[in-house]
Amino acid sequence: MDTIVLSVFVFSLNCCFSCKLLRKTCTLPPIFCSAELQSPGNVLPNFLTLIISLCMLPFFLFESLILNVFHRPGVNRAYRTPQLPWATLRMEMGAKEKNQELYKPYTNGIIAKEPPSSLQQEILELRGSANGLRSEPEFEMADIFYFCRRGVESIVDDEVTKRFSAQELESWNLLTRSNYNFRHISLRLTVLWGLGILIRYGVLLPLRVTLAVTGICLLLVLTTLVAFLPNAELRSYLSEKVHLMCYRICVRALTAIITYHNSENKPKNGGICVANHTTPIDVIILANDGCYSLVGQVHGGLMGMVQRAMVKSSSHIWFERSEVKDRHLVAKRLGDHVADKTKQPILVFPEGTCINNTSVMMFKKGSFEIGCTVYPVAIKYDPRFGDAFWNSSKFGMVSYLLRMMSSWAIVCSVWYLPPMNREEGEDAVQFANRVKAAIAAQGGLVDLIWDGGLKRAKVKDVFKEEQQKLYSKVLVGDSEDQMEDKCSEDGTAEGDESSKDPTEGQ
Amino acid sequence: MGSRASTLLREEEIEEIKKETGFSHSQITRLYSRFTSLDKGENGTLSREDFQRIPELAINPLGDRIINAFFPEGEDQVNFRGFMRTLAHFRPIEDNEKSRNPTASEPLNSRTNKLLFAFRLYDLDRDDKISRDELLQVLRMMVGVNISDEQLGSIADRTIQEADTNGDSSISFNEFIKVLEKVDVEQKMSIRFLH
Repeated sequence: MDTIVLSVFVFSLNCCFSCKLLRKTCTLPPIFCSAELQSPGNVLPNFLTLIISLCMLPFFLFESLILNVFHRPGVNRAYRTPQLPWATLRMEMGAKEKNQELYKPYTNGIIAKEPPSSLQQEILELRGSANGLRSEPEFEMADIFYFCRRGVESIVDDEVTKRFSAQELESWNLLTRSNYNFRHISLRLTVLWGLGILIRYGVLLPLRVTLAVTGICLLLVLTTLVAFLPNAELRSYLSEKVHLMCYRICVRALTAIITYHNSENKPKNGGICVANHTTPIDVIILANDGCYSLVGQVHGGLMGMVQRAMVKSSSHIWFERSEVKDRHLVAKRLGDHVADKTKQPILVFPEGTCINNTSVMMFKKGSFEIGCTVYPVAIKYDPRFGDAFWNSSKFGMVSYLLRMMSSWAIVCSVWYLPPMNREEGEDAVQFANRVKAAIAAQGGLVDLIWDGGLKRAKVKDVFKEEQQKLYSKVLVGDSEDQMEDKCSEDGTAEGDESSKDPTEGQ
Repeated sequence: MGSRASTLLREEEIEEIKKETGFSHSQITRLYSRFTSLDKGENGTLSREDFQRIPELAINPLGDRIINAFFPEGEDQVNFRGFMRTLAHFRPIEDNEKSRNPTASEPLNSRTNKLLFAFRLYDLDRDDKISRDELLQVLRMMVGVNISDEQLGSIADRTIQEADTNGDSSISFNEFIKVLEKVDVEQKMSIRFLH
């Protein structure tokens, strides 16, 4: 269907050009046409424009056809050729020939970490005491070894900072950006790489950019048109179709090959859909398969125009910058939206920021306090064809999109998990953690309790104080234990302090 | 473009670091990659802020002291050589190293050097003695606000009493070694670096 619309769009463009052209080369007597319009110099560029736009039409059809082919399951498998390990093998052989060491990405970690045990256990092991805690305070000079080693281990390899930069690959995928061994290993490999650059930047990128621009234009135009319809039912039906079509075009523009699993669990009206956040493209990937109401801050410029256009035909929740901090207002608007069963499910990314798709970080509890059904979704990208993670401190939005459109493809899997509800006696934080664990387990991601906000902010002092408290318990002994029943032995880092942030933060 | 870890580190440098610290080639390149990822300013050196950006280190009660250990006297930046030299203290002691030529200089990860590293965490003013005040400072860092001054003071006094053999009410490096002679320092102060 989108091919038809695209063709109509381009055809109408052609018609406009042809009309303009016909008028200028009119055969009316000279007195009716002004002299300058008849000059031959004007006619030639118009002819060129007509020819170019006529040529673009088959291009669109051609690309839609080609990209359609990629969506067939058989070709999906063929596309994931063993091409990539071959490139790595070639590099390794080349390196051996020249007796050079290759840099291998540390996919298994730089150090072997022992399974985490509690502070108490480790210090007691250190002291070699077989008994439990004594009643009088006891300190050994060897105690600092524990903190010292933990500290240096975290300097060498910590769980948090590596989540904010792109994942390292085991084999090279012929993209310079993910290569650490780029030397002139062999002519064949360099030629292949050069060919790859030619194809990606010369052929794929322009086609994709054209498609993307077309998709956005169509979205703007059609949603505005649909908004004029008087009949509400027809309007919502058409707006759904329009949104789906435009997102499909955008997906083609990125050459995203998406596999949806467990579609029977797709989010329904009156619920909230939560997913792990890797990139702003997550929205396009999910909206390609269903209609959601988006939540976010009002932007200016092109984004603002798109937001305003979308709101005309279906309901989305856009917040002014000043309203974002007001938790009650945000909660109220979300609550009102889910109460209305005719409105589409809300799409929320509770992490609040982009993480590099190797782990899931703390979910902010705001969306889990509303009390409606939560539909978890796990998104896992395959980084071999193009890493989708947006490192917002390194790249702006435009350069990020260009990088995306000049990768080979964006391959990902989306799993719809069974809906979850808050159980009796469970508070929002525990519910959020339960959902997070389910998403992490399905997507094969590491479940972390650290806050994604640590990308930019410093860690709060309260966590250090927890460590200090644990150690002082070891020193002072049992008497304090009896007074405090709820001691958190493993120093959990869940904070109540993080304010709710349902906006699709980056 | 991606980080060209191994191309920015020259082969001669890697050889020198290998000789000085005993790390293998691949370990050095991996640690260099880690060094560059911590170096947000991209100027080839790390500052204290770069270390404090690591959350797990920031919540470590002795975090500041450990960070200090990386920086030479009075300096605010540490380069890759200095970084590796400090990390070398935590390399496990291998058996074949014990039978090395005794006239060669002691490797950075020997038992004595590991103990010296720990000693320097206590001994802030580098006068080769841990005074009562210095001990109290470290204790205060480790327990925070959870223990009163008097209790902490008595803990410090008792520790010095037990360790001090020459009666100068401070702990010298030799006394420190003696107190810790039963502790398995090799294992507790070592990190298993993967090849």
